[in-house]
Amino acid sequence: MAAGEPGTITKGQHMTALHTDPRLDSAQAAHRLAAQEVTAGYDARTVLRDLSLHVPEGSFTVIIGPNACGKTTLLRSLARLVRPEAGHVLLDGSAITSMPTKQLARTVGLLPQTSVAPEGITVADLVARGRHPHQSLLKRWGHEDESAVRHALDVTGTSKLSTRAVDELSGGQRQRTWIAMALAQQTPILLLDEPTTYLDIAHQIEVLELCTQLRKQGRTLVAVLHDLNHALRYATHLVAMRDGEIMAQGHPEQIGTAELVQEVFGVAARVIADPETGRPLVIPKAPPER
Amino acid sequence: MTTATTANQRSAQTGHVQRNTVLFRPGVRPVRISGFSTTFDVRTILITAALVVAALAVAWWNMISGSAGITATDTLGALLGGADEGTSRVVLEWRAPRVVFTLLGGAALAVAGAVFQSQTRNPLGSPDIIGFSTGAYTGALLVASFGFTGLLATPLAAVAGGLATGVLVYLLAWKGGVSGLRIIIVGIGVSIFLGSFNTYLMTVLDLEIAMSVATWGAGSVNDITWAHVLPLLAILLLTFPVMLSQARNMHLMEMGDDAAAGLGIRLERVRLVQFTCGILLVAVVTAAAGPIAFVALVAPQLALRLTGASSVQLLPAAAMGALLLTTSDAIARAEFLPASLPVGVITLILGGGYLVWLLVSLGRSRKAST
Repeated sequence: MAAGEPGTITKGQHMTALHTDPRLDSAQAAHRLAAQEVTAGYDARTVLRDLSLHVPEGSFTVIIGPNACGKTTLLRSLARLVRPEAGHVLLDGSAITSMPTKQLARTVGLLPQTSVAPEGITVADLVARGRHPHQSLLKRWGHEDESAVRHALDVTGTSKLSTRAVDELSGGQRQRTWIAMALAQQTPILLLDEPTTYLDIAHQIEVLELCTQLRKQGRTLVAVLHDLNHALRYATHLVAMRDGEIMAQGHPEQIGTAELVQEVFGVAARVIADPETGRPLVIPKAPPER
Repeated sequence: MTTATTANQRSAQTGHVQRNTVLFRPGVRPVRISGFSTTFDVRTILITAALVVAALAVAWWNMISGSAGITATDTLGALLGGADEGTSRVVLEWRAPRVVFTLLGGAALAVAGAVFQSQTRNPLGSPDIIGFSTGAYTGALLVASFGFTGLLATPLAAVAGGLATGVLVYLLAWKGGVSGLRIIIVGIGVSIFLGSFNTYLMTVLDLEIAMSVATWGAGSVNDITWAHVLPLLAILLLTFPVMLSQARNMHLMEMGDDAAAGLGIRLERVRLVQFTCGILLVAVVTAAAGPIAFVALVAPQLALRLTGASSVQLLPAAAMGALLLTTSDAIARAEFLPASLPVGVITLILGGGYLVWLLVSLGRSRKAST
């Protein structure tokens, strides 16, 4: 990452110039997106109970927890894909349910767990779809659309693939394309649902490094991750969930303990310092030999 | 280009990114005129134009051929108002409405099919597969069983039957929102049920009434008059601009509900608008000509393969539908002179062949991908 560091700083200044919203730089607005006592679920099944979460501005917030603990439901609630039965999701202090859909889509972007690339669609075509909230019936492909798409392709390293069909790409390239689509949306807040699933270790790291880069450029990211050690290494704010409730949240170095792993996942583990970063590293205990 | 070299390690290694490289596939160009901007695809425009020309050529051939012995010059004369009364009647009152109807009706069915296929994310999701036509037939048979047949009762009952089936399928498939696959499966189920109900109704009807309904049910443009064309034109003018304005939303929804909603699309509103417009189009064609099979299923997919686009597009589909229905009518008339076969029989044969091919190739690609 060291070699890329000067580049990302230049990029960061560039991005701040793009988003001139004063709230982004204001120290008072510590968060823009928050869930307030949200109860939500599907049909009769309640998944989230009375959950409150403030997403720190400019953070890379990672949500972890066992399967079916409500991670995805929380993320979908933040994106207004699930309407809370009780409570509110607030953006800049007002409920997102009362916001015009396109306006919300210009502020909060989402990379869902599963999306379908239409058969034969090219990379550039797919990424260009991210511009939708910025377009209208007459303004369908302005100069700013083109530069946003080119920028998103650049940042994700998919420029050279732009005329290729998405279904011909490798898993890692495909995921980078979807991320590029979310980036073309140019939202200050980006929600990612398991962006590293189905990727090999090299591509997982690539995606997580990209997230870190985007955070340094001034965006706020919220991701659901399955790999606990990735979460501990990359998150600036960690949220641990179990049974639809938040068990702990804070900086990984503060809350990344063996007790937390035991409590949240029910796994006995040792936590040592990551020799590379000094962050906590979880090592599950071996069962006693018989 | 200093920013490009710092933008990203990968592009720094492979040389800087050029601003004027091809972004989309070749032939896709941006147009920007003051407040208006869009992209257009040269290939799609050329193919749509070619399809329109072909459809008009076949339509013209339909205008000048037939058993009345009227030449091209006579037809032109009649159209320009300079022919004798007999020729004028044949051209203007018999042939012209039929030819215009096949052009507009084919386009209407194809557009409806495109919308259904896009919304269900499935090339099988066309109004005829998911029960609309069967429902229309049920409507016609039901009123016939009460003794009403004829110019007004059958079409009205057909539209009511088709709409009722559409609503029923939508409601049965509803589960906190509507998914494409569920609509298809529920539609096929309802379709099978109504199909057997139709057979039952046929057996209890008087023979004469049953035969008259069956003629309608085969899908025929033999008796089309201007009174059939005008409502179709009106509905097309009403729905097509609305559908076109929603086309982009519709295409984004093909990526999945979450992705589309994340881009600021109001899913249920788009779905309701597109389905309502699609059903109106099929209803008005069915009311006039009976259920014409397979145009809605085939035309969007053929257009899609020709244009090489990634999702069904309305204008090429409309042109393809017009071409398919006029061609089917030409075959129906020419091959069986002096009698004229119902055009629905021809589309059934052509479309049935296509459906078998589609199912086989879908099965193949599934196998190949696993």
